[in-house]
Amino acid sequence: MPRYFTEDHEWIDVDGDVGTVGITDYAQSQLGDITFVELPEKGDTLKKGDAPCVVDSVKAASDVYAPVSGEVVEVNGDLDGEPELVNNDAEGDGWFFKIRLSNADELSGLMDEDKYSSFVDNL
Amino acid sequence: MTAEADNSPEDVIETQSLPLDAWHRERDARMVEFAGYHMPIQYEGIIAEHLWTREHAGLFDVSHMGQLSVSGEGAVEALEAIMPGDFAILKPGRMRYSMLLDEDGGVLDDLMVTNAGDHYALVVNGACKWDDIGFLREHLPDEITLTHHEDQALLALQGPEAAVALARIAPMIDDLKFMQAGLADWNGTPLWISRSGYTGEDGFEISVPADKAWALAEALVAMDEVKPIGLGARDSLRLEAGLPLYGHDLTTDSEPVSAGLTFAISKRRRAEGGFHGADRILKLLENGTEAKRVGLALDGRRAAREGDAIMAGDTQVGTVTSGGFAPSLGHPIAMGYVAADRAGTGTELEVDVRGKRLAATVVPMPFVPNRYFR
Repeated sequence: MPRYFTEDHEWIDVDGDVGTVGITDYAQSQLGDITFVELPEKGDTLKKGDAPCVVDSVKAASDVYAPVSGEVVEVNGDLDGEPELVNNDAEGDGWFFKIRLSNADELSGLMDEDKYSSFVDNL
Repeated sequence: MTAEADNSPEDVIETQSLPLDAWHRERDARMVEFAGYHMPIQYEGIIAEHLWTREHAGLFDVSHMGQLSVSGEGAVEALEAIMPGDFAILKPGRMRYSMLLDEDGGVLDDLMVTNAGDHYALVVNGACKWDDIGFLREHLPDEITLTHHEDQALLALQGPEAAVALARIAPMIDDLKFMQAGLADWNGTPLWISRSGYTGEDGFEISVPADKAWALAEALVAMDEVKPIGLGARDSLRLEAGLPLYGHDLTTDSEPVSAGLTFAISKRRRAEGGFHGADRILKLLENGTEAKRVGLALDGRRAAREGDAIMAGDTQVGTVTSGGFAPSLGHPIAMGYVAADRAGTGTELEVDVRGKRLAATVVPMPFVPNRYFR
């Protein structure tokens, strides 16, 4: 399952026409203790670059952007009671939402794992 | 993902390093720029560090703060002319919280003033210290000596186990109560220790020669009770303790009355006046202010942040000046100024957080009870 990354530190795993979106381990480590995640609602239509999620850490609130356009088909309800899942497993159980891609071509503008890793190294 | 309200680097020419810079880095601190210095924002994580300090003892490097001394004949009168505190009755070894006021009574900084025997010791905020020094030079008479102790580091040891830990190094602390200070001798190194702090806990602030700061920090964190704590937890601890942060909850647009800091204006000073802004401040004391600094408890988990509007229905009645998740309480809290008629305990308000309305209730401060050693 190919995984893509954005320069804003989101990741998306694509399986068929559905992508699972979250923030990267680097992002969670920069944010520190996450206390709340605001998620979109199932059925929301997002455009690439929309900010459907807000991550609250002890210090700051941060927007999370949609890496691609599409319709939200599922959100991670576990984050409601356990926002620390994002700190503990940002690129696994700490996923944010699933989106049905409306334009798979948008993926070509994203980074693969190697590119993202060198991108982070240069920050 | 982008941070909206992160600590953006201060607009400074060159960020300076403090005496314990390498010590923090050895402990994997995440360093940020604050008040013109590289400072540790966190080590293992803000929540863990916050809770550790509430249960044990946290060591904070606050060497960015300005350590000043004021001496000379007439020092008391000179200080009382620019601050509303009663320093004439302050005995040696006693300290007071006070505020530097501009001529209209606006708050230029808040600070601690200690009678240190042959001088008055002032500890001012790092972000304001250069302005404070300029202001003091301008307003103190020529015969008063102002010294900036840049060769001293400042460490704070805070928490219910701070006294047990520090007594191993400085047994004299057993004789100090809250807001008292004295000199300790640590193997020939002079430590100026006050029983004070910025967390709401029992604790101490220790002024140490910069070249001994490393050894002192090592000696303290070697104890089971003590862990190093970053600026992040310092902020969440002080917020829970209801203590204002200068530049946010206190500015030149505020004065001591609306800020709820009238305890720092003694009976004698109210009767006599004679401090910067006294005319205005004494009138406000008598007639009340339009706005008041209050504490807000928020429902849910989403935090209100500085600048968010405080609403009563469709009307903005105030503005949040500090806010965040309170680790000891498990919900968000905030401080802000609201219209006096909405400032009563229990008043139900809302905060507009980026277009979302969050329910907020006016609650007394401190949010978490103080545990000072009196």
